Amino acid sequence: MKELLVGTKKGLFVLRGDGPEAFQIVTRVFEGDVVEYAMRDPRSGRYFASVTSGFYGPRLMWTDDPAGTWEHAATLAMPTDTDATMERIWVVRVGEAPGQLWAGIDPAALFESRDGGTTWELNRGLWNQPSRPGWDPGNGGLCLHSISTWPGDPQRLSLGISAVGTWHTIDGGETWTPGTKGLVPRYMPEELRETTTALCVHNLWRAPAMPERLFLQFHGGVYRSDDAGSTWIDIAPGLPSDFGFPIVGDPADPDSAFVIPMNADIDRVTVDGQVRVYETRDAGTTWTARSEGLPRYPAYLTVLREAFDRGGQGATMGLWFGATSGEVFGSIDAAASWFTVAPRLAPVTSVRVA
Amino acid sequence: MPVVLLRSPLRDLAGGRRSLQLPGTTVGQVLRALEGEWPKTTGWVLDERGVIRRHVNVFVNGERASADVPVADTDRLHVLPSITGGSR
Repeated sequence: MKELLVGTKKGLFVLRGDGPEAFQIVTRVFEGDVVEYAMRDPRSGRYFASVTSGFYGPRLMWTDDPAGTWEHAATLAMPTDTDATMERIWVVRVGEAPGQLWAGIDPAALFESRDGGTTWELNRGLWNQPSRPGWDPGNGGLCLHSISTWPGDPQRLSLGISAVGTWHTIDGGETWTPGTKGLVPRYMPEELRETTTALCVHNLWRAPAMPERLFLQFHGGVYRSDDAGSTWIDIAPGLPSDFGFPIVGDPADPDSAFVIPMNADIDRVTVDGQVRVYETRDAGTTWTARSEGLPRYPAYLTVLREAFDRGGQGATMGLWFGATSGEVFGSIDAAASWFTVAPRLAPVTSVRVA
Repeated sequence: MPVVLLRSPLRDLAGGRRSLQLPGTTVGQVLRALEGEWPKTTGWVLDERGVIRRHVNVFVNGERASADVPVADTDRLHVLPSITGGSR
């Protein structure tokens, strides 16, 4: 039995099923609030949900039973000496050290927990970056949305921040180095493209079997890095559009990546009114559309950055994504075919395999 | 002490109490006292800087007030969701 955590603008839906047929809703919680993101730590079984009330602000909630009582992780808040306030919790990731979790928030801040998510502490190395006063937000805010761990090495971590590029540490977060060479921000004047820090990264995927390799969906561009994020190679040729939000890969194949192209930043819907996932198995040299079972024209869907996930690997890898139209789709054969997991939920903000 | 009147979901976070007497000489102090007595309310009305959240309204005896407004022992504070804060 598979379990999906689907964050929506109207609460968290927990779905269970086997596929390839619709899943059952086993519980819905935080009704009326936006659940920006939800995940489960496979080590502890603990669930986390980023919940934003339209009235009472954002908070991280956790539980061991999603249908039971949720606790507020109250220490995930900006320390008073920062004179900042938390706008949104974008992502929570399992760390490589025991009990370690990472959380990325707006305003471009990283938090670490070392006790399984009960208490949290601001990463001061990133917060105190000298260039921070010049950091500019994207449309979604100054969001730290991508956290990529390095398998087996808790000292190494990569971040994606919109719109401040990628950042990397090799000392557990004491110091950070930007990695932006090769990224081309077409939304900036040509004379500023090489020097600007306004680099709108949308999502990162690290290939676990070759951790120096990262794939990146940019605000207009798809890139690969083979040197742990220092330099980036354009791999968008072959896609119908280089705009999109999420990017994932097959852990068994470091040459793999999957994206869901949308028309452009000024028209964020699926290209040609058709829902297609594009797959590369040669590190971005070629791309193939995977759409069997997905909606055909007219289907103008928007898939947000955290609304695409995978589970397992290889030929039976599961792929799951949701759209702001409220639909959730899944594949249990590594994108070869797709089925509808849920047809009419609220607008989907995130999808994660529990 | 000033009286604070709460609605759900804040009421649920304050042990189901609709009305509480809390110490303080400003709105902000009274709301911090609420967090001190009922920690689950922390961060719901005041943000980390002590500012009342944009889509929450606090009224003192019927007049909308910010965190720095003085309050007296006989004052009544209503904490209400704003009509501007509906879910996105």
